[in-house]
Amino acid sequence: MSKIFKIFLCIGSFFFIFQACSKKPAGTKEKDASTFSTKEIQITPNVKMVSIKGGKYLPFYGDSSLVEVQDFLLDERPVTNAEFLDFVKKNPKWKRSNIKTLFADDTYLKNWQDDETLPKNADPEAPVTFVSWFAAKAFAKSAGKRLPTLDEWEYVAMADEESANARNKSEYSAHLINLYNEKLREKKKVQLSKPNYYGVYNMFDLVWEWTDDFNSIMTTADSRTGDFDDKGLFCASAATSAADVLNYASFMRYAFRSSLKANYTVENLGFRCAKDLQKNSK
Amino acid sequence: MKHLVTSFALALLTLQACKQNASDGSAGKTENAMEIKVSGETENQKAVNPPTVPAPIGDRAAKKVIVHLEATEEEGELADGVTYKFWTFNSTVPGSFIRIRVGDEVELHLKNASNSVMPHNIDLHAVNGPGGGAEATNVAPGKEAIFNFKALNPGLFVYHCAAAPVPLHIANGMYGLILVEPAGGLAKVDREYYIMQGEFYTKGKTDEKGLQEFDQDKGVDERPTYVVFNGKKNALMGANALQAKVGETVRIFVGNAGPNLVSSFHVIGEIFDKVYAEGGSKFNENVQTTVIPAGGAAMVEFKVEEPGEYVIVDHSIFRAFNKGAIGKLKVTGEKNPKVYHKVQ
Ligand SMILES: [Cu+2]
Repeated sequence: MSKIFKIFLCIGSFFFIFQACSKKPAGTKEKDASTFSTKEIQITPNVKMVSIKGGKYLPFYGDSSLVEVQDFLLDERPVTNAEFLDFVKKNPKWKRSNIKTLFADDTYLKNWQDDETLPKNADPEAPVTFVSWFAAKAFAKSAGKRLPTLDEWEYVAMADEESANARNKSEYSAHLINLYNEKLREKKKVQLSKPNYYGVYNMFDLVWEWTDDFNSIMTTADSRTGDFDDKGLFCASAATSAADVLNYASFMRYAFRSSLKANYTVENLGFRCAKDLQKNSK
Repeated sequence: MKHLVTSFALALLTLQACKQNASDGSAGKTENAMEIKVSGETENQKAVNPPTVPAPIGDRAAKKVIVHLEATEEEGELADGVTYKFWTFNSTVPGSFIRIRVGDEVELHLKNASNSVMPHNIDLHAVNGPGGGAEATNVAPGKEAIFNFKALNPGLFVYHCAAAPVPLHIANGMYGLILVEPAGGLAKVDREYYIMQGEFYTKGKTDEKGLQEFDQDKGVDERPTYVVFNGKKNALMGANALQAKVGETVRIFVGNAGPNLVSSFHVIGEIFDKVYAEGGSKFNENVQTTVIPAGGAAMVEFKVEEPGEYVIVDHSIFRAFNKGAIGKLKVTGEKNPKVYHKVQ
């Protein structure tokens, strides 16, 4: 029975992909074919990258084993509207009217006035949102960077303004919950709030952020089922410290990630880029 | 011969099964709800605001029902001069009352408002399946999830959001009730109302003015700042009191969202003629106070004989008088001295 169901699911998803493909408006086919073969044109966003000293950390969800994060570079702030505009101008296949449904759903850059005009009253220095994981990845690639991994992002997210790991401070989560509960925070300029311990801005106060492997922890949306055990998700509460069980802010981030698909675009979801640290630089 | 015996035995078995069903007396679980076929036109269930409920299903056949819920996050009033950032289903606390019958096939659409910050989902206690639908409906802001279920068990059930961290989603107001009526429907009454108890945990003290933030410590310690009916202190008071006329039968669908406390539901000056305890199929009679667990519900029914104001409370009485667990039923009509009368 369950096999049949699985098969059905498979067929269903094929059908979905098929449909998604055929949904594309007519007339864009030739253009797509020509633009699609081209590589991303390089962009050079003017953003400082902060060197993050790696180390071992205990993931919020996991089997209680420490995960090693290598030294890496992280953008000090999220990618802005202005930077993303520059990217789509140089890489037309990522413009709203050219984007393939497979790579972004129908709310991609939804608030923009047209392909090359930012949303009305939008601050060019506010973080870009309504971008899919594919688009974020393409942007990073054209900037010679990549998306941070979930571990890298969460490693940096342990920091507050004073310390690299604030997970045991009770105010830490409470403060974040209040930030998260704020609407329209994505409209604000980047870098207005204080940087964290590493000198990284806006980890929490503007947008949720894509990570390269956002769906590596397949939280079922339901945080109470036994399913978590397999994936090391719920038993994580036993694995992590007591403080983490109360870390509602982290639960929120993981729940948010688990609600995403790679082609989703959401009003309060943006991204920033990361890069490997070249040890013997040229 | 062997065949004959087998078929005879089978027939006997079937007969017994039927008998068991019939002799049950109350509206028990329909043995073969799975086999109930849906027919007729698909219903698009219209959302009505609590304490109102959709019309009774009566004796209609099982059919397909489409239910739309939208998860929203919006600031609203928790008490006079006190505001709070509620998370809701369909912009009300509790969310829209869903009313179906056993055998119905529900297509549930859960939309998450595009200006939501959080993902949301729905776990309906009326659903047989993993997470009660939560797994199938975890939905990002601006997106919609759809899932189907067949109602197999009649009863009154809680639904709530189960996105992590679950306690917060419930504490912020994401819950409601779904009624699955037995075949043939519930007995007719004159009035039906929808009340759901829930706790709120705020940084400020009870009635401290202004926008109040969620207080996680109080939540964990199970020390609510507010215990209210229908998402707001005084939601069922004054002009919003429930109404009935002398001689009428009132049915209240009562839910308790918790997230922590058990409710001791009571109507001052009334005795429940019937209580479908825990929202199940059996009723108890002549009950003063009924216990409603967190994540549970009950149907209470009573006839009102005497005009006046009847106070609805959680009889853990500090909650009623200090934290908001209080409402009113206003009964109008002829006085009935035989039943009640003050001598001096
Ligand atoms: Cu929710």
